[in-house]
Amino acid sequence: MQLPDAEALCAELVKKLRPVVTPATGMVGIHTGGAWLAERLHRELGLAIPLGRLDISFYRDDYRKSGLHKSVKASQIPFDVADRRLLLVDDVLYTGRTIRAAMNELFDYGRPESIALVALIDRGERQLPICPQYCGATLAVAKGKMLRLDRNDAGKLSLRLDDD
Amino acid sequence: MTRVHIKGGRLVDPKHGVDRPADLYIAEGRVAGIASAPRGFEADRVVDATGLVVAPGLVDLSARLREPGLEYKATLESEMVAAVAGGVTSLACPPDTDPPLDEPGLVEMLTRRASSLNLARVYPVGALTAKLEGERLTEMAELRDHGCIAFSQAEVPLADTQILWRALQYAATFGLAVWLRPQDPHLAKGGVAHDGEVATRLGLPGIPAFAETIALGAILQLVRVTGTRVHLCRLSARESVEMIRAAKRDALPVTCDVSAHHLHLSELDLGYFDSHCHVVPPFRSQRDREALSAGLADGTIDAVCSDHTPVDDDAKQLPFGESEPGTTGLELLLPLTLKWSREARLPLVQALARATSEPARILGIDAGHLGVGAPADICIFDPETYFTVAPSGLRSQGKNTPFLGYELPGVVRWTLVAGEVRFERG
Amino acid sequence: MTNPQSQGQLSANGELVHLLTLEGLPREIIVRILDTAQSFLGVTEREVKKVPLLRGMSVFNVFFENSTRTRTTFEIAAKRLSADVINLNVSTSSTTKGETLLDTVDNLAAMHADMFVVRHSQSGAAHMIARHVGPERHVINAGDGRHAHPTQGLLDAYTIRHYKKDFSGLTVAIVGDILHSRVARSLIHVLNILGTPEVRVIAPQTLLPAGVESLGVRVFPDMRKGLAGADVVVMLRLQNERMRGALLPSAQEFFKYYGLTPEKLALAKPDAIVMHPGPMNRGIEIDSAVADGPHSVILPQVTFGIAVRMAVMSILGGA
Repeated sequence: MQLPDAEALCAELVKKLRPVVTPATGMVGIHTGGAWLAERLHRELGLAIPLGRLDISFYRDDYRKSGLHKSVKASQIPFDVADRRLLLVDDVLYTGRTIRAAMNELFDYGRPESIALVALIDRGERQLPICPQYCGATLAVAKGKMLRLDRNDAGKLSLRLDDD
Repeated sequence: MTRVHIKGGRLVDPKHGVDRPADLYIAEGRVAGIASAPRGFEADRVVDATGLVVAPGLVDLSARLREPGLEYKATLESEMVAAVAGGVTSLACPPDTDPPLDEPGLVEMLTRRASSLNLARVYPVGALTAKLEGERLTEMAELRDHGCIAFSQAEVPLADTQILWRALQYAATFGLAVWLRPQDPHLAKGGVAHDGEVATRLGLPGIPAFAETIALGAILQLVRVTGTRVHLCRLSARESVEMIRAAKRDALPVTCDVSAHHLHLSELDLGYFDSHCHVVPPFRSQRDREALSAGLADGTIDAVCSDHTPVDDDAKQLPFGESEPGTTGLELLLPLTLKWSREARLPLVQALARATSEPARILGIDAGHLGVGAPADICIFDPETYFTVAPSGLRSQGKNTPFLGYELPGVVRWTLVAGEVRFERG
Repeated sequence: MTNPQSQGQLSANGELVHLLTLEGLPREIIVRILDTAQSFLGVTEREVKKVPLLRGMSVFNVFFENSTRTRTTFEIAAKRLSADVINLNVSTSSTTKGETLLDTVDNLAAMHADMFVVRHSQSGAAHMIARHVGPERHVINAGDGRHAHPTQGLLDAYTIRHYKKDFSGLTVAIVGDILHSRVARSLIHVLNILGTPEVRVIAPQTLLPAGVESLGVRVFPDMRKGLAGADVVVMLRLQNERMRGALLPSAQEFFKYYGLTPEKLALAKPDAIVMHPGPMNRGIEIDSAVADGPHSVILPQVTFGIAVRMAVMSILGGA
């Protein structure tokens, strides 16, 4: 299957976001692919507020079934969430459960004024009522396959298709 | 009385150095003939011992029957059934009943009840001091007249060496034997396991080996002075074996025993706090275990016993240090002795002596052998078949043994006491 | 295939189902606990100091041996994970009425406890309880006799990792009553698993268990020699009973020869850290100047302790 060019999609998102960001905008990327994407967007957009990163392991809804995720990273939100307009960034939007967990976690930091979702790819098959405000591309992915974002040593972003 | 013909078996009689195929003829409760029938002998019962060993019934120097007083742990009935199921036909029971065996009335009651059951023969060991409290001597001569074959403190320490000396002197006056488990109570205080690497790792208070050897040294010195016949019970330390060896070289009137489980297990078997391995004395190091095995093989240690101690489940299902020490053993004495004999590469006839003729000698009874005229106390067993140790297979009320799940050799098929079959495996 | 070493802590596929002792734990599991603890530290800086991970789960603190401090840290950790916490001080209830230990545990299990945090005065108690309740209910050993205090060992390891980063070049000295100390045993195990080249125990002979070298330590009866060049100094609490048991003559003599003063600490490396599991006996094993001084990391240990316990509970809770 022909995968879209992640770099090109990234540039598209930068174009879409540039008119809506302000000096007060907070951006939060979801580990791991969302954080990579957010780092790039944050840099390209020259955002004033430092970047936040979320690890949603402690908010997932599959803890009882699958246990704690094997590698947990620390979440860091180096700004005040309260009353701020946030951009929540993830690489691939799928069932929507990751975004649900991320929003719950963000609200434990404070009450934001708004959250807008930025996704590089929307692969559909939502299981919750979640939709992206800014999206690079929609792509149908076969069952049993996982779409992931890669970043090489030079920082170049690319999409990868793995077996689940 | 039944006339019994035991045919086709392999007769193993350690006292007479016999190990050959030979039939046995029983009459009037005694061995009437070996290999050939006495004239005019007509058997009432024929026991087919083909492929089996025909040996003297085992003589066990220590089996707790828990009566009187501790019937919730076990009863005379259950434990005597266990004894004959294990091929044990004579056993000595320690005085630590409730109340302790320090009065003639209690001793008589016990022996009468035991003999009424018509199973194994019971030889009570009387208390050395009143209530085992280590202060006043018991009426040892009187107790002897009522059936006590020796006197001991069981597991209760006798710290006052002056009283120990007096007790030994008094016993020597009447030619009585004193049985002692050497342990210095101060050095052993609070300990529940061998003071070594395993106890250190598990955080268990330890009983150092020298708690045994220091007490043993004191006892041997006293024996030199008093000349009392002393039997040392349940050796556990390598150095103790060496000290006994030296004492015997000096012709001191001492004998000693080891428990069957100490031949096979060491501190390593505690695993992670297996309370079935909580025993007294504790399982010590591998080196100690090897020394015990070698000591039993070369005769420095005279006998092996079961130290049968039934403990109820509730008392074992506690954290190690709080659990009650002891292991059940009447039904494992023969299998564990066989297993030991194979590991020590000792011929069966020599190994079995440690559980038959030697303990009989220590008890001073006519048992543990099968010469013509001997009481027909016989254990007929299959030395080749293995069985798995499981609670359901034990007739004792004590199911507490560290050997649960082990495959052991030696299945008893018949046990006869005074020429009557008292156990037959279905 | 179950590793016999795991003694019931690990499931058939190597997952941690109880935390009973650090002995025999694979290094990967220990590192995972420390890494997970790190993620929890940030939670306390937020507005909502909780994560919803153990929501709906019940954690029972079953303390057969009293300890308000340890119980409180476990309670805080469980509540920060949104678990329901029940505290049972068993020494004052059923067992004194003659109920057996296992009966007490069975009753608690019937109340749908998901996790037991157990402290007991007898070595092996936590193992016994874990064997009894099985892998579906998780048991955390909060201290059993002299044997183990695994969460303390982990938080000590976390503290050392936080300040020293790498274990591979460290000299760690543990000072005091090693004989009676479950803290010392657990710390020694975790240091060895994490590859610490030199672990020293400093104590008079009366306070050293038999064959202590077999745990993987070097013995130093002389504190000055033992502290020379140490990167980490861990002081153990000395209990009053030791004076009565003929193990030590007096607190004064102990402090003179085995107490940590600034002058003795100067023998260690200039950037050495000083740790103590608490509560401290000032003037008996540690001088106030050291306890409150720049080398002391005793207070951070407490914070790390909550994060480490949160990590342990969150890993067990999902097993």
